[in-house]
Amino acid sequence: MSVVSIKKNISGDEIPMPASSVKEQPMKQPQEMATTKTASEKATVQRIKAVTEFFVRRVMPSVLGVVLFLVIWALLAKQSGELPGPDKTWASAVELFSDPFYDNGPNDKGIGWNILSSLERVGIGFGLAALIGIPLGFVIGRFAFFSGMASPIISLLRPVSPLAWLPIGLLVLKEAQPAAIWVIFISSIWPMIINTAVGVTKVPQDYMNVARVLNLSEWKIFTRILFPAVLPYMMTGVRLSIGVAWLVIVAAEMLTGGMGIGFWVWDEWNNLNVEHIIIAIFIVGIVGLLLEQGLLLLAKRFEY
Amino acid sequence: MNKYVQIENAQMIFETKNGKFVALKDINLLIDQGEFVSIIGHSGCGKSTLLNLVAGLIDPSGGALFCAGREIAGPGPDRAVVFQNHSLLPWLSCFDNVYLAVERVFGGKEPKANLKKRATEALELVGLGHAIHKMPHEISGGMKQRVGIARALSMQPKVLLLDEHFGALDALTRAHLQDELLRIVTSLGSTAIMVTHDVDEAVLLSDRIVMMTNGPSATIGEILDVKLPRPRDRLALAEDRDYVHLRGEVLKFLYERHKKKEAA
Repeated sequence: MSVVSIKKNISGDEIPMPASSVKEQPMKQPQEMATTKTASEKATVQRIKAVTEFFVRRVMPSVLGVVLFLVIWALLAKQSGELPGPDKTWASAVELFSDPFYDNGPNDKGIGWNILSSLERVGIGFGLAALIGIPLGFVIGRFAFFSGMASPIISLLRPVSPLAWLPIGLLVLKEAQPAAIWVIFISSIWPMIINTAVGVTKVPQDYMNVARVLNLSEWKIFTRILFPAVLPYMMTGVRLSIGVAWLVIVAAEMLTGGMGIGFWVWDEWNNLNVEHIIIAIFIVGIVGLLLEQGLLLLAKRFEY
Repeated sequence: MNKYVQIENAQMIFETKNGKFVALKDINLLIDQGEFVSIIGHSGCGKSTLLNLVAGLIDPSGGALFCAGREIAGPGPDRAVVFQNHSLLPWLSCFDNVYLAVERVFGGKEPKANLKKRATEALELVGLGHAIHKMPHEISGGMKQRVGIARALSMQPKVLLLDEHFGALDALTRAHLQDELLRIVTSLGSTAIMVTHDVDEAVLLSDRIVMMTNGPSATIGEILDVKLPRPRDRLALAEDRDYVHLRGEVLKFLYERHKKKEAA
């Protein structure tokens, strides 16, 4: 009776044993050793199976999608002759990112500076919007009177295209930089107001009844009940807002100039450097994705 | 009778899309201090509405309600409610849920250490001394309901209002918590009003059982005195003649004289 057959008998499993491992087995207590070895190998096999399945189900489709995208892109590039293909773009990107923080005067700075400059604008505009929008959302959600006051204005202004606000910004603020921030502010404030307000109205009546029975002060109601209950809604609003802010920044910077990823796109268009425009598109996409994922991670911490 | 809680000609009408709906009418009830009264009736008979009136969560359309000589105007911590679905705040630990109530009632009058002691004691009273710092989602439904009771008791309310507070629990857990509540209420001598649809629960815990007729226009049908000596013991009572008789009386009221119409 061989060791292999004992293994099969004990575990009742059909795992083929590598010949080498069979030979290495000490023959003193073949039965006992065989059992433990089989168990650990079984686990290994299962792990490999799980990893393979993960790759087949999750990773493969994404990889396939990306490959297909690159192939179509390459074909289109070849057809048109003017559009740079993935290879040329990649080479250009490597060059671009080899020195992202150079500084040759105000109109020629590294890509890193441009990205940071855009992020700064988005940060300020979005931050101001959060600072005003979230408290406003709470007030509108909590008091029907304010809701009645604000809702016609919100309904009217929310669908306005972000760039329509730019001339007003330029007129009032006189300068391009604050005007761009103004556009970010006004276009990213709505999701935060609306989601926060909706969140407040969705606070379960049970919690509000607790507040009523305890006769809690408005401040306690806010800190102990409203704020924690609304937080998930608020985070959704924040996530939507930052998406909008990042979406708008490119267009705003194209119009205002200065420094930033949007201005950089326009500048490269004037230089007819199409590779850089494509790279910029990817940068905008990737940074937007990172912002969104970061906030999703943050939002998960506030779920109950 | 010292008329601790007094309900006079209370009436409740809800405005609905299909016009007026009379939920309760001609409710007259006097409750003594230290008395445990349960309200029983079929679903939709307005028993929870009646409790909400005493809690002050809704205002009566007619009549008046008094508690300790004062007209009830709005909710307040002197009439603590144990809600049907425990209503714990999920972002606060068991301790903090109770502490929120303690702080509201005794904050500013007593030092912080005292408040903490009160909250801890309330949780120990319901047998949750070991789970003080757990979050609501980490404990079972029965334990959550205990926290709800601890929160209500910690406020030292004039009246304890229990709204089908064990309704969502399984029979065994419910029996266990009933025993616990029986012990607590007997030892504290609390005045309590309990809404229930569980006949055994009503007989076991109450001094009087208020039986409601079916809605709409529900009112008090009969009031049954439960003169069983305290402390009461579930097992001993199970075969007690008086207990069986009282239980039968409630069942007869609910299923003979005021049988629920089949529509609902």
